[in-house]
Amino acid sequence: MKPAPFDYARPTNVAEACQILAEAGGGATVIAGGQTLMPLLNLRMSQPFILVDINGIADLKGVSRIDGGTRVGPATRQAEALRDSTLAQHLPALVTALGHVGHYQTRNRGTVGGSVSLGEPAAEMPAAAVALGASIEITSAQGTRMVKAEDFYIGPYMTVLEPEDLVTGIVYPDWPDGHVVLFREVAQRTGDFALVGMVGALVLEGGKVARAGIAWFGMGPTPIKARQAEAALIGKALAEIDPDAVAALAVADTAPFDDHHASAEYRRTVGKRIFARTLREALDLRSAA
Amino acid sequence: MSEHKIDLTVNGHRHSATVEARTSLGEFLREGLGYTGTHLACEHGVCGACTVRVDGVAMRSCLMLAVQANGSEITTVEGLAKPDGTLHRVQQALKDNFGLQCGFCTPGVAITLATVLEDNPSATTEEMETAMSGHICRCTGYQGIRRAIRQLAGEAA
Ligand code: FES
Ligand code: FES
Repeated sequence: MKPAPFDYARPTNVAEACQILAEAGGGATVIAGGQTLMPLLNLRMSQPFILVDINGIADLKGVSRIDGGTRVGPATRQAEALRDSTLAQHLPALVTALGHVGHYQTRNRGTVGGSVSLGEPAAEMPAAAVALGASIEITSAQGTRMVKAEDFYIGPYMTVLEPEDLVTGIVYPDWPDGHVVLFREVAQRTGDFALVGMVGALVLEGGKVARAGIAWFGMGPTPIKARQAEAALIGKALAEIDPDAVAALAVADTAPFDDHHASAEYRRTVGKRIFARTLREALDLRSAA
Repeated sequence: MSEHKIDLTVNGHRHSATVEARTSLGEFLREGLGYTGTHLACEHGVCGACTVRVDGVAMRSCLMLAVQANGSEITTVEGLAKPDGTLHRVQQALKDNFGLQCGFCTPGVAITLATVLEDNPSATTEEMETAMSGHICRCTGYQGIRRAIRQLAGEAA
């Protein structure tokens, strides 16, 4: 037995969950798939008084179409999202990123919302939410609010979530059919957190980039939106785009650090390469088509 | 610290027990029910030794609480062979190809491969190898495991 003792509650609806969270006064932790939380409990890095298990709340599971976008229930398993036909059609970049989250066995239990709301800076799901312009639906006993993913992350494993908050949905805006998917990551082993990675989408209209959403992971304390690169791409004809120059702008927005896996310099160098290569491949493909 | 009554089925046998909330499924299977075929090593989701099947899906039993398995059907490595002792084809392939040395990682490996093949009996070598990224073999017996996988995929081993 490794974790410190805790109570356990399994509410069956959102109101009940929010009430437990409010009453716990900061002593509660939400568990969905537990693929990140259980290690933290076992290492006693997390010691809640009460664990609130949201796996029994049917409203928090599944993928649905809403006006202008797609809503993913936070307790949807990563493996189910990976197989979901709605996501495959509307959010191919998210599905591509999902295939790189953890391993077969952890995707079977881990949830989309768990990964989004924990905010591991090297994880794919937070960066995909930022890149694609998602909003996080947050509910507490006080009511429901929407926070844009780019405003949601404030540091490693730190978000704007208050202890009494529950993530009740992730809403991704629509990207038109046939948009370009950008994804690449470098990890030491399959399934490891990435050393460097990028994910995004581009919309081409009349041979020009009409819309761009790109974010980095593993390149700073939070997922980082490649704002300068997006701005440089929008309005450009494919032939005018210099992938190396755009990649340099993209890296300029990052704040990578040294750790025992890789140096900041390595991350910047490799990040620039993978960004340029991913862009080049995606655009070549388009101009050839 | 709360205690909870749970009912679950393990390898076809029904069990009822009272568990402390913080007990992991893996620990409960081993210490509570005696299914010591499931191995716990890292207990933080890295090694895969503890992999069991929960309602048909392979997952880490160290990353799930016993109380969360209430009402579930679990298969552990003990449930793979037939009651008469005939090995599951995954176990036979591992045996034929020296796909284990100390055997510590093997229960998890066998559950993963058996589950991949259950979901897709014609799974390819690549599909099985991809699922194996979730397992660490500390004896580094990977080539034997890969030979077993090729045999299971019907390729010349
Ligand atoms: S003991 Fe569960 S993954 Fe290592
Ligand atoms: S056979 Fe010894 S750990 Fe794999």
